[in-house]
Amino acid sequence: MTSWQAIGQIARETKDYQSNNLRDRIVGNIYNKAEALAEKVVNRSQGTVNWDRRIDDVLTSPIWGFPIMMLLLGVVFWLTITGANVPSEMIASVLFWGQDRLTELFMAWGAPAWLHGVLVLGLYRCLAWVVSVMLPPMAIFFPCFTLLEDLGYLPRIAFNLDRFFKKAGAHGKQALTMSMGFGCNAAGIIACRIIESPREKMIAILTNNFVPCNGRFPTLIAVSTIFMGGAAGYAYSSMAAAGTIVLLVLAGIATTLAVSWFLSKTMLKGEPSSFTLELPPYRRPQIGRVIVRSIFDRTLFVLYRAVVVAAPAGALIWILANIMVGGQSIVAHAANWLDPFGRLLGMDGYIMLAFILGLPANEIVLPILIMSYLATGSMLELDSLEALRKLLLDHGWTWLTALNVLLFSLLHFPCATTLLTIRKETNSIKWPVVAFFLTTTVAILVTFITAQGARLLGLV
Amino acid sequence: MSRPCQQGCSGCPSSQKEDPQVLQEKFAVKLTSPEQIVVALAGNPNVGKSTVFNALTGLNQHTGNWPGKTVTNAQGLTRHKNREFILVDLPGTYSLLANSVDEQVARDFLCFGNPQATIVVVDATCLERNLNLVFQVLEITSKVVVCVNLLDEAKRKGLEVNIKTLSQELGVPVVPTVARDGQGLKELMNAVHDVALGIIKTNPQKMTYDQDIEEAIQTIEPKLNNILQGLLDSRWVALRLLDGDHTILQSIYEHLKVDAAHSLERRVTYCHD
Repeated sequence: MTSWQAIGQIARETKDYQSNNLRDRIVGNIYNKAEALAEKVVNRSQGTVNWDRRIDDVLTSPIWGFPIMMLLLGVVFWLTITGANVPSEMIASVLFWGQDRLTELFMAWGAPAWLHGVLVLGLYRCLAWVVSVMLPPMAIFFPCFTLLEDLGYLPRIAFNLDRFFKKAGAHGKQALTMSMGFGCNAAGIIACRIIESPREKMIAILTNNFVPCNGRFPTLIAVSTIFMGGAAGYAYSSMAAAGTIVLLVLAGIATTLAVSWFLSKTMLKGEPSSFTLELPPYRRPQIGRVIVRSIFDRTLFVLYRAVVVAAPAGALIWILANIMVGGQSIVAHAANWLDPFGRLLGMDGYIMLAFILGLPANEIVLPILIMSYLATGSMLELDSLEALRKLLLDHGWTWLTALNVLLFSLLHFPCATTLLTIRKETNSIKWPVVAFFLTTTVAILVTFITAQGARLLGLV
Repeated sequence: MSRPCQQGCSGCPSSQKEDPQVLQEKFAVKLTSPEQIVVALAGNPNVGKSTVFNALTGLNQHTGNWPGKTVTNAQGLTRHKNREFILVDLPGTYSLLANSVDEQVARDFLCFGNPQATIVVVDATCLERNLNLVFQVLEITSKVVVCVNLLDEAKRKGLEVNIKTLSQELGVPVVPTVARDGQGLKELMNAVHDVALGIIKTNPQKMTYDQDIEEAIQTIEPKLNNILQGLLDSRWVALRLLDGDHTILQSIYEHLKVDAAHSLERRVTYCHD
């Protein structure tokens, strides 16, 4: 017999056995053996309670899972907002006191007005805003979030959400990559590697941006605190603001599911595949490590990124706001041109411009907006959230404007880093473009409906 | 391509030594001296495998991707008893049945990377599920050390693992550890050292399957042995053919360039169609 014939023989023989679900039986044999051996070598002492199981029964129960999840998120946001108010004001007053001293210094040197404008009114003031608005909330929010992560709660969130993703025709692991997106969408997209099926991976990549990342949370927190909190009266302001953000996060998750469902019925058709989700044991968090990791890996990282982008952006905006063309600044020209479109979506031209200029990093959207409002408005001193509220009101903001800013921030195009990451991960130019238009279309549709609906109903 | 000795006599060092060229080309593992010992680190996800890896290698780490795969490949150096060990951290997997790229990467390294020892890290709190992987690794290689980690958590849950019985039943050294606190790592490296250098002869407990499966294996195995010539465990390949896993044929072809594997693959696909 030649080796060729021998091979043919082997193949035929394996084929005969194939039919009796051999694979399942092979796996079954291994499992039985493992079970028997484990039984033999593990002693379980009497009377010990399996706490993990008990806790999981509550945290992942069909009834309590979701309310507890929302409650936990709400508490974290509430802590962040209440805790951040005072330090925010303090940092702001210190930094803006610094601005006055810098101005005096420039005056004493006899520096030209434009230099003072670019460096102090542009660069320094933008930085001061970024630091005072973003640093305190981040310094509270990130340790809380890292703590939940360390305790092992995030996989439980994924477990609770798994069945919804299945129903949306997506992979259950998308619940995990989505949770990563809360940290950073670019990181969430890299995490999509864990999804093997190319179809489901693409759905996860394209919809990751619908959950707010670290860069957007500060904007959401600031705007919610100023408007939603302010509207509810002093006593309940933090709670109202925290509630708003929880609802926004839920809206983001709902959008993720809806768009995933839409994609799996149109562009990326197919059946969802199954997987094993392991719920790791609850572990005592290492408090020291939680603080160090959340401060260094997250807070300082995000702040650094914001500062690096915000500094030149602040200077640039000041220049654009002070170069006059035909009696108007360049910023005003651009904002006026965008204004009709912004109005349709319940916002204005300056807000649209801020979102567009914020493409490099979502962190700087609010500072850019403040800068361009300041450059055109009458108010020059701005050193508290109350003053910020007044500035926004002066520019015609209502609760509807705030709501649309929140929604647009939640749903709009990914930042440049995320788009580049999508290009790298999919190795094509097509998918980042799809992601850009998909998210922006959703953002425009949602804000348009909200704005026009509220106007039709006479709510504004 | 240079090949290891094809006789595969057990105990002969030349049959068990890894091939530096294969290691570098296929697995991105670079030996700087022939004295270095390659050790694979396998285990389920979430059992503290990375903690063991980090504790042993410290800052002597190097991460990249497995050639041609988007799976992270972490390697690190550690010294023990004046020997240098290259630890290759395999992706955390529940099995080696090649259900995912991770599992395929782990399986291929164990099969074709010929590590001189393999550490399987298991979670003492859910031994039953973890032992599945141990049995699957033992089918591929006999040079295994089992590391029972997270003993502190098991104790908190009122679980006690009889290490001695486990070692007897598996036929390989079993070392208890609490990697987070560095407990037991020295003993682990002692065992790895001894297994890699053949000081400890392991006698692994192999799986036995249902009788009809065993009979099928017995008809196929000798024939496969002719083709594979001791490069791979033919019993294990027979099992993979029986359970219809075609990825192994592809891997055999890629890694060993056993010409027959190609025709074998075509033939199997043909028959199954």
